[in-house]
Amino acid sequence: MTTPSSSTAAHRARTAAARPMIECRDVQKYYSDYHALRGIDLTIREGEFFSLLGPSGCGKTTLLRTIAGFEDISSGAVLIDGQNMEGVPANRRPTNMVFQSYAIFPHLTVAENVGFGLRRDPRSKAEKAAAVEEALEMVGLKGYGKRASHALSGGQRQRVALARALILKPKVLLLDEPLSALDRKMREQMQVELIKLQRQVGITFVLVTHDQEEALVMSDRIAVMFEGQIAQLDGPEALYARPTSRRVANFIGVMNFLPAHVLGETPNGVEVEVPGLGRVEIPAGNVSRRDPGDEGPSVGFRPEAVSLLSASQSGTGRVTGGVIDEVVYYGDMTYYDVRLDGSASFDGKARPVRIAMRNVFGREVQDVGTRANVSWSPGSLVLFR
Amino acid sequence: MKGGGLRVYAVAYLLFLYAPIFLLPVFAFNSGTVISFPLKGFTTEWFVQMFGNASLRKALFNSLTIAVSASVFATCLGIFAARASTRFEFPGKTPIMAMIMLPLVLPEIIVSISLLVVLLSIGVQLSILTVILGHTLICMPYATVILSTAFNSLDRSLEEAAYDLGETKWSAFRLVILPLVMPGIISSLLMSFTISLDEFIIAFFLAGNEPTLPTYIFSQLRFPKQTPMIMALGTVLVVMSILLLTIAEYFRRRGLAKTGAKDTGGFL
Amino acid sequence: MAAGNRSQAAQGLTLIAPPLAYAVLVMAAPLVTILAYSFLKDGYLTVIREFTLENYRAVWSDPIFHTILRRSLGVAAMVTLVTVALAFPVAYFLSFVVAAERKGLWLFLITIPFWTSYLIRVFLWKVILGYNGVINSGLKSLGIIEQPLSFLLYNINSMVMTLAHAYAPFAILPIFIALEKIDRSLLEAGRDLGESRAMTFWRVTLPLAMPGVVAASLIVFIPTIGDYVTPALIGGGKIPMIANMIQSQMLDQDNRPMGSALAVSSMLVVAILSLLFVLVNRRFLKVRQ
Repeated sequence: MTTPSSSTAAHRARTAAARPMIECRDVQKYYSDYHALRGIDLTIREGEFFSLLGPSGCGKTTLLRTIAGFEDISSGAVLIDGQNMEGVPANRRPTNMVFQSYAIFPHLTVAENVGFGLRRDPRSKAEKAAAVEEALEMVGLKGYGKRASHALSGGQRQRVALARALILKPKVLLLDEPLSALDRKMREQMQVELIKLQRQVGITFVLVTHDQEEALVMSDRIAVMFEGQIAQLDGPEALYARPTSRRVANFIGVMNFLPAHVLGETPNGVEVEVPGLGRVEIPAGNVSRRDPGDEGPSVGFRPEAVSLLSASQSGTGRVTGGVIDEVVYYGDMTYYDVRLDGSASFDGKARPVRIAMRNVFGREVQDVGTRANVSWSPGSLVLFR
Repeated sequence: MKGGGLRVYAVAYLLFLYAPIFLLPVFAFNSGTVISFPLKGFTTEWFVQMFGNASLRKALFNSLTIAVSASVFATCLGIFAARASTRFEFPGKTPIMAMIMLPLVLPEIIVSISLLVVLLSIGVQLSILTVILGHTLICMPYATVILSTAFNSLDRSLEEAAYDLGETKWSAFRLVILPLVMPGIISSLLMSFTISLDEFIIAFFLAGNEPTLPTYIFSQLRFPKQTPMIMALGTVLVVMSILLLTIAEYFRRRGLAKTGAKDTGGFL
Repeated sequence: MAAGNRSQAAQGLTLIAPPLAYAVLVMAAPLVTILAYSFLKDGYLTVIREFTLENYRAVWSDPIFHTILRRSLGVAAMVTLVTVALAFPVAYFLSFVVAAERKGLWLFLITIPFWTSYLIRVFLWKVILGYNGVINSGLKSLGIIEQPLSFLLYNINSMVMTLAHAYAPFAILPIFIALEKIDRSLLEAGRDLGESRAMTFWRVTLPLAMPGVVAASLIVFIPTIGDYVTPALIGGGKIPMIANMIQSQMLDQDNRPMGSALAVSSMLVVAILSLLFVLVNRRFLKVRQ
C-alpha cells in the first residue's frame, strides 16, 4: 500500500492553521413544523477533509444540501470563502456535489458525463477534451472516455461522478454518503483512494456519512450530529478517546459505563469513587461537562483501553479482580465479559464489562468462569457528569 | 405447475382473441362478395376499390388529421401532468390526478353526449375540431400514465446534478430529462394516435358531417356489397395499428435499456 | 433548485394547471351541464329553465327504462362473469408458468387485439355469427349442417360473447398484476406446512389476488354497460341497451332534459353498484403486502 503524498501529521498541521472555507453561523432550517437544523455553528477550514457524521434523520444531509444550495435556510448565515451565500443558487456556488446515487447521466458516454459542466466553458473543444482526459486519469479511469455510462460498475460510477465534479475545480467538494452503495471490499479501497485524491487535489472535502468507521479513517475533523445539532466537533482520535457525551461515546465504537460517585475537584481533575474500580482521579482532559445523563455521573472506558491478565499475573498500573462471564472468539480478537469485584450497575445488578484483547501469538485465551485480573490506568477513563 | 393444461388453455385463449382478426386478410383477398366459406379465389380488387373511393380517402384524411392533433395535444398535456405528479407534492394532488384519469372509466357514450349537448347549446359547429377535443380528452390519461412511468424511472438526482454543474433549471430539463423521457414521449404519441384512429363513438357524435374512418365504416355496414371492401380497409387498419404498437413497444424497451431500469412488462 | 415547501406546491400546481383545466372544461363542465339539464323542462325546440323532477319521475316510472336497464345490467354482469372467469387462468399462467423474460412478450400479444378498431372487431363477430356468415357457411361446406343456424346472431348470447371478446385483455391485466405481487415464499410456506396445491390456491393465492379480480370486474363492468356499438350491430338494433336509449332520447327525440336524466340515472345506478361491489369485497382489499 502506498502512503499518501504528504504525511497525515503534516497535512493535519497545515489544515489546522488554514483559513476558514465554509462558515455556518447559527443556521436554522424548518420544514413546515419540523425543525431540521437547530442552530449549527461550524467552521470548515481550507484543505480539510471534513465529515458530518450521525444516524439517519440527524440533519447531516440537510446541512450538506444547505451548503450546496439545494435547500434554503430559515435563518442564520452560510459563508463560503468569506462570501455570504444568501440568494446564491446552487448552480452558481463554488461547490460541486457527488450524489449518493452518483447521478451519472445514462444517455451520455463517460467522457460526455465528465465534460458536462464544461458546456459553458469558453475554452476550445480540444482543450476541453484534454481536461476530460486529465480528470479521468486522476480518478484512475484512463481510457474509459468512450464507454457507455450505464454499463459501469458501482465503483466506476463513483469515479466518474468524482471526475465530473472535480474537473470544474470547485473550492469545496461535497460528498453525500458516496460509499454506502459499494460492497465492503470496494468501500475500503475507495476510502484510501479518496484520501489520496483529496491530498492530491488539495481542496476542501465535506463528506456525509452514517458509518463511524468511515469517518474515522478519512477525516481530519468530524462533526457528530444528533437531531439537528452538533454534539461534538473534533479530530478522530479525540472523538474516539475523549467523547464529551455518552451518546457520542456510544455512537463511535463501544464503551463500557460504570456508575461513579463524584468526591470532589482536584488540581488536575476530578476524584471519583467507582464500585469495581475503587477511588480514581480522572484527568481534567477526560471530563465531560455536558452530559449528566438520566442515570447520574458515570465513567466510561473502551474495551481495548484495558488489559485482561490471568489471575496470577500482576500488571503495571492499577489492577482489579473479577470473574469471566463470557468469552467470544473472533479470530484476531477475543472479547471477554468480566464481572468486576465489587462493581455495581445502574439497575442494581452487577453488569459485566467488555474487554477486547488481541490474540497475540503466545497469549492464551482465558476460560469462562475463571478469575482474572484487569489492568487499567486512570487515563483510559472518561468521566461523564 | 409447469405448463401443460394451462399452456394449452392460454394458447387457445390467444387464438380465440385473434380469430376474428385473422379473418380480415382471409376475406380481404377473397374474390367472393359474401363473407362466407368456401373461399372463391384470390383477388386484390377490394384494395383497388378502396383506394379509388373518394369518400374513403376523405375519411382517411380526416382521421389522420384528428389522430395527429389529438396525439400531440394529449402528449403535451400528459407531459405536464406526469411531471407534476412525479416530481412535486401539492395540495389536492389525489383528487386532481383522479379527475385527469377519470376519462378512463367514464363510458364513452357519456363523454360524447355531454360534450355534444354543451357544444350544441353554445352554438359551436360540429367538425373535426370538436372530435379532436374529445379524442384529446380520452388520450390524456394514457399519455399521463406512459409518461409518468418514464419520469419515474429516472434517478431523482439527475436534475440536481445537472443544476449543480452549472445549468439552469430549464437547460437541465432540456439536456438531461427530455432525452431520457423521449422514448416515453414517442410511445405516448403512437399510442394516442392509435386510440384516436380507431375511436368510433366520440367521432360518431361529434364529427357532424365530416367522416372519419370508423364512422365511414359504420355507414357502409348496411350495404352488403361494400363488405369486402370494408374487410380490405379493416386489414389495412389492423396491420397499421399492430405496426405502430410494435414500434411503440420497441421504443419503450429501448428507453428502459438506456437508463438501465427493469422491465415491468408493458403499459401497466 | 432551492425547494421551500411553498415553492414546491406552487410549481406543482402551475404544471398541473393545463391538464386540469382541460379536464374541467371538456369533461367536468359538460357532466355538470348534463346534471343541470336533468332538472330542467323540455320545451318544443328549446330547454325551459325551470326546476323540475319530472324527468326523473318519467324515467323511473317508464317500464321500457326498467327493461333496458335490467337488460344492460344483466348483460354487463354476465359479460363480467364470463370474461373474468376465463381471464383468470390466463393471468395465472402468465404469472406462474411463463418465464420472466417472456412475460413482456405475452402481455404484448394479449393486448394487441385491444388496440385494433373496436368497431371492426364487433363487425367481424357479426360476420362470423351471421346467417350466411363464417360459422354457418363453414359448417355447411364441411357438411356438418344443412340449414344455417339461426340462433347465432341477434340475441343476448351473441352480444355477451362479442363483449367478452372485446374486453378480455382488460380483465387479464389487473389480475396479472395482483398475482405478480404475491410473495412466492408465502405459497412455498403453505406447501411446506402440508397443504395440497389446490388448498394453497384456494386459501392463499385466490384471496391475495382478489384486489386484481375486483379491479378487473369493475374495468369490464362499467364500460360494458355503456356500450353502444355491440347492441346496435350484434343486437340488430332490436335489443337496445342503455346507451342506445340515451342516444335516442337526446338526439333522435331531441329531449335533452330526459336524455340527461336518463344518463344521470344510469350513471348513478352503475356507481352505486360498483361501490357495493367494492364494499362487499373490502375484506380482500385491505390486505397490503
